[in-house]
Amino acid sequence: MQAIIAWIMRAVPFGTIIMYGAMGETVTEKSGNLNLGVPGIMYLGGFAGFASAFIYENNAKNPNGFVCLILSLVCCILASMLGGLIYGFLTISLRANQNVTGLALTTFGMGVANFFGLFLLQGKSYTAAPLANSIYSAKIPGLSGLGAFGNIFFSYGFLAYLAIVVAVILHRFFNKTRTGLKLRAVGENPATADASGVNVTKYKYLATCVGAGISGIGGLYYVLDYNNGIWATTGQIEALGWLALALVIFATWKPLNIIWGAYLFGVLYWLYQYLPSVLGITTAVYVSDLISMLPYGVTSIVRIITRMKKKRENQPPASLGLAYFREER
Amino acid sequence: MVNEGVKIMVHPHSVELKHITKTFGSVVANDDVSMNIREGEILSLLGENGSGKTSLMNMIAGIYYPDAGEIKVHGKVAEIRSPKDAFDLGIGMIHQHFKLVDVFTATENIALGLNESEKFDLKEVRKKAEEICKTYEFDLDLDQKVYSMSVSQKQTLEIVKVLYRGASLLILDEPTAVLTLQEIKKLFNVIRAMKKNGKSVVIITHKLNEVMEISDRVAVLRKGKYIGTIHTYEASESLLTEMMVGQKVELNIDRPTPKNIVKRLEIKHLNVKNIYGLEVLKDINFDAYGGEILGIAGVSGNGQKELLEAIAGLQVTEPGASITYYPQNSDDKMEIIGKTPKAIRNAGVHLSFVPEDRLGMGLVGSMGMSDNMMLKSYENGHSIFLDRKAPKELANEIKDELGVVTPGLQTPVSRLSGGNVQKVLVGREIALSPTVLMTAYAVRGLDINTSYTIYHLLNEQKEKGVAVIYVGEDLDVLLALCDRIMVLCGGQVNGILDGRTATKEEVGRLMTSHVTNLEETAGEDDVDSEIYQTEPSKAAAEEVKANE
Repeated sequence: MQAIIAWIMRAVPFGTIIMYGAMGETVTEKSGNLNLGVPGIMYLGGFAGFASAFIYENNAKNPNGFVCLILSLVCCILASMLGGLIYGFLTISLRANQNVTGLALTTFGMGVANFFGLFLLQGKSYTAAPLANSIYSAKIPGLSGLGAFGNIFFSYGFLAYLAIVVAVILHRFFNKTRTGLKLRAVGENPATADASGVNVTKYKYLATCVGAGISGIGGLYYVLDYNNGIWATTGQIEALGWLALALVIFATWKPLNIIWGAYLFGVLYWLYQYLPSVLGITTAVYVSDLISMLPYGVTSIVRIITRMKKKRENQPPASLGLAYFREER
Repeated sequence: MVNEGVKIMVHPHSVELKHITKTFGSVVANDDVSMNIREGEILSLLGENGSGKTSLMNMIAGIYYPDAGEIKVHGKVAEIRSPKDAFDLGIGMIHQHFKLVDVFTATENIALGLNESEKFDLKEVRKKAEEICKTYEFDLDLDQKVYSMSVSQKQTLEIVKVLYRGASLLILDEPTAVLTLQEIKKLFNVIRAMKKNGKSVVIITHKLNEVMEISDRVAVLRKGKYIGTIHTYEASESLLTEMMVGQKVELNIDRPTPKNIVKRLEIKHLNVKNIYGLEVLKDINFDAYGGEILGIAGVSGNGQKELLEAIAGLQVTEPGASITYYPQNSDDKMEIIGKTPKAIRNAGVHLSFVPEDRLGMGLVGSMGMSDNMMLKSYENGHSIFLDRKAPKELANEIKDELGVVTPGLQTPVSRLSGGNVQKVLVGREIALSPTVLMTAYAVRGLDINTSYTIYHLLNEQKEKGVAVIYVGEDLDVLLALCDRIMVLCGGQVNGILDGRTATKEEVGRLMTSHVTNLEETAGEDDVDSEIYQTEPSKAAAEEVKANE
């Protein structure tokens, strides 16, 4: 029992990271832009958030927790949106190939974060922002002390709950608002959207930048909460970024599916560590690597099933990955 | 003007066009066109392919802007620079290619184009749209997703979309081209209902029987020029045909007398259905002979493409058809149906089809001339490496003989001008010394000189004993070049004429008179609705409903 609770408490924060990544990417993809730069953007967001908090903590006389929170969140979102803007400019205005641009952005984001990260590390193998970490991982007083129930539901920082709120908001935005309808039209059939008076370029830019902003929060959450506010040159964020992309497909581009899909991915990812103790068995080392592959395997299966069922609602936006030329009507 | 100075509430003319000219590059689409659309009438805009019907209407709908001339709407000069401007003036156009989002419901598609200032309320939109459907007796499920709709339902949705925005003038671009007879009748009822409700309707068409059936007046365009408008009750099919095709133009194209003609192809009972289950070719029977040019006339989209593709092995045919090929060097007959396109090609039946975008079929735009030659020969030879020499020589030969203007053999063909691309395409097929050569729209978009080069090439092939099948658009050329002319209309052979004696009017009439008239099919309702029922999209619609 104890192992299961620990498993869930590990899976939820893990799920939260990829939930942000996947929600941002869903917004982007709804506009027809396939941004494979999510890992890079999460790197950028995580680094910018950490760096701003780290510098503030170490330089301010009386660092204020709230200021630290706002500062790191704003820096994270701005840096991520900048990444989205680069991608947008290349693919929307210059009509560069989306796949190549996205992959380049991933490399770029990681490179930038690791390069500037060196200045923060100053030769150490890691460095920390304890104040920011304490803010981001602050639990709800009272509720988190309710034993197993409190541990499962109330032992996380505020970003974990915000993620669910954002998912619900996105769901309503896509399905209940005029802007959401127009955004989906842009991703499905930009020529039709154009003929209906929708500014396709504007929508694509906005969706790409806002989407990148949301994705970036995933990186911030990873560094300042999940990773206990420690910055070290680790490739973990990249792996999580790819998982977020897989989650978008797994959730068939629906924000509500992303919520449970993210937690499921978290449970599957940590399967290798907790399942043996739950079942009381021991496994070989190489098995654990195979098991942590499960989320990707599940995504592949989901994709095969949705393709075979041919239900149009579960398919990617029809013009995903394609640049829009008005002249080519 | 008697009424000068007097304010009239309803202007007799919904739209007036004055001296409208529109050019695309060197092509004149509309040349000094002046005409008008009256309030509350159904006007047919008649003309052959490329006569400028659609581009003229696109100017009213705000897709194009005229180079010269002015447009008056309800008596006032109007600047229509975008579809939105047109909507604000109460003008809505339904294009041949529907502008709908597939995964949206009908209601969502209607809501997509609505004004920002209104509150976003899908239920309200649905209610209003339902009222419109009731008023005009439309058969439309507003909660249905577009992808599960039939073509006819999509068209109805487009009409509702336009009416929802309050259009008083509706322009329909070839609305019947994709419909079954049953659906056409439904559409005509809709159009009549719109007229009853005071709307003006323009139908762009080239089908004479529909013109006679539905419209109050007919305006005719020919080669971009306005010919005239007459009342339908004064019109007859022969008069309209004459207005449409005009007088014969003498062209100076050689036509050597056929010698040693030998039967090469025998087509019997050829039926082809398209993906919607509509018959696009109905019981086609004809022979093609070596040593002659067989012209195929018809408004494009009447089965030409399917016919050529069926012979080339690219179309699935209905059972019962037979295409027999008599090869040059043997007495064996060969049944083409069931053979792969490659086997048919290797036997000597070649197709060079010039689609509207020219490059789409047959050439790879990003490859050079010699690489494009190789597309047809890469399997020759036994080495695992490609033989680059032969294609290069062939490319050089074609370049010199046909005068292809290109910076080099490796220059991507997409960078060549249209005429040169076509020379490469036709030249490659000819170079492989075919027994049967099929060309479609070989001179599409070419200037006169290049066109003559192509005619000359075809004549050369004919004199070599090749059976040439030439699908063309220009009647004058068909009459001057071909030995026999087969006229296709609605997927049927309406007649095979002698190219030397046929008149332009004869061909024109056969091109536009659909064998099955709308009135005559009144008793066949059951048959048609059966076809309608078995449409795959209909079944899909039900499946989707069941899932939800």
